[in-house]
Amino acid sequence: MYKVVVPGDFISEEANRAGEGTYVEEGKVYAMKYGIVDDREEIKVVALSGKYVPTKGDVVIGEIVEISFPYWIVDIASPYEARLHTSEFTRNEREKIEFGSMGKYLDLGDLIVAKVMNVDAMMRVDLALKDEFKIGEGGRLIEISHTKVPRLIGRSGSMIRMLKEKCNCFIFIAKNGRVWIKGSEDEMNLALQVVLMIENEAHTSGLTDRVSYFLDSFKR
Amino acid sequence: MKEGEKEIELIKKGKRLDGRGFEELRPIKIEVGVLKRADGSCYFEMGDNKVMAAVYGPREMHPRHFQDAKMAVVKYRYNMAPFSVDDRKRPGPDRRSVEISKVSREAFDPVIIKEYYPKTAIDVYVEILQSDAGTRTAGINAASVALADAGIPMKDMVSSVAVGKIGGEVVLDLSGMEDNYGEADMPVAMVARTNTITLLQMDGNFKKEEFERGLKLAMDACHKIYELQRTALIERYSKSVGEGEGEE
Repeated sequence: MYKVVVPGDFISEEANRAGEGTYVEEGKVYAMKYGIVDDREEIKVVALSGKYVPTKGDVVIGEIVEISFPYWIVDIASPYEARLHTSEFTRNEREKIEFGSMGKYLDLGDLIVAKVMNVDAMMRVDLALKDEFKIGEGGRLIEISHTKVPRLIGRSGSMIRMLKEKCNCFIFIAKNGRVWIKGSEDEMNLALQVVLMIENEAHTSGLTDRVSYFLDSFKR
Repeated sequence: MKEGEKEIELIKKGKRLDGRGFEELRPIKIEVGVLKRADGSCYFEMGDNKVMAAVYGPREMHPRHFQDAKMAVVKYRYNMAPFSVDDRKRPGPDRRSVEISKVSREAFDPVIIKEYYPKTAIDVYVEILQSDAGTRTAGINAASVALADAGIPMKDMVSSVAVGKIGGEVVLDLSGMEDNYGEADMPVAMVARTNTITLLQMDGNFKKEEFERGLKLAMDACHKIYELQRTALIERYSKSVGEGEGEE
């Protein structure tokens, strides 16, 4: 059963197993965030809300919000903006992007899939492009809380696999909580509805079964 | 207020004007997550005090030169709505609300773990919709719940209540009349788990023994308020967990 804790709640005496979302004081583990306790491997508190903070290796969906040579400034649904260097773009071609022509490659408002290459102590975030980086036309982009992303993926991908199969859509979930769905109009709408349903009920048990039931009843 | 004391009898037959005992809190109501567009929010009622707290962030700090490279900056705004008091209050910050904002912000200093979000701002807005003495304590209670709701990392929750002296008696949680015609008013904010006092102000005079008794009253009441805050937060999610029970 899920155990909800608030900041300052005592969780355990096992200080050596303290993990994310907890802190240790006088050898005891306390909750640092409002969330749900998970003590399968280490004692963690999975937050129910909060802002996304990029870490190295995350795959995110970002929006170009500013061009400032030689960087594109990218909004990644976080308090911190990310930047993408022009060299990321031309790595394989032997050309240089000239000042003033960056907009031809990526313009304001364009959406990209990128990997967080590095985050420094000043919280400057550097992005690297993925192979299939540009989000083309068609499809939907929705933003959910990044804390709900693991639930949307499900244990070893069970939830998202089922969703992809039953909705017959292409679904891409980025670590920062942005979800890109592509498929036929009706199928996209259905997938979108389910993603929002999962976000709303992320903390409940038996969700995979309920989603499955919901999708089956919709098909009939 | 020697004259006022005699004119208005604040204690009748061992009861206060609103029928409360000396050590009794006003009824408290807490609702979590009432504002959809805020990252965390709380509506808090304490007797006739009605307070709304909203937390935004951590978000990018503007203007940039106020950023702290090592930690988040907490901004706290206590504001009274013009209609919150009997005579219309002139809108906008004044000497009083600027001071209250400052001390309330500092009441959260020991609990918010600011190092997790360098260069950002955490905005706390506390709006007093209706006031009846002890609004800063109600505001702190509301802000504490709203901060937790926003997922801000904190070591503990903060709870707050005022004590005062009316008709020579030390009483808990003054109401408006008691505040106006009483002899002393002392708001206290505290971390319930560790009994750490994070705000202590006093208006009026207490004798040493009265102060000690008042502080003890306030600390005991903070524990009660803490339980209510905690219950409100936990119920928000356990209710819907219950619906899905038995399936897994």
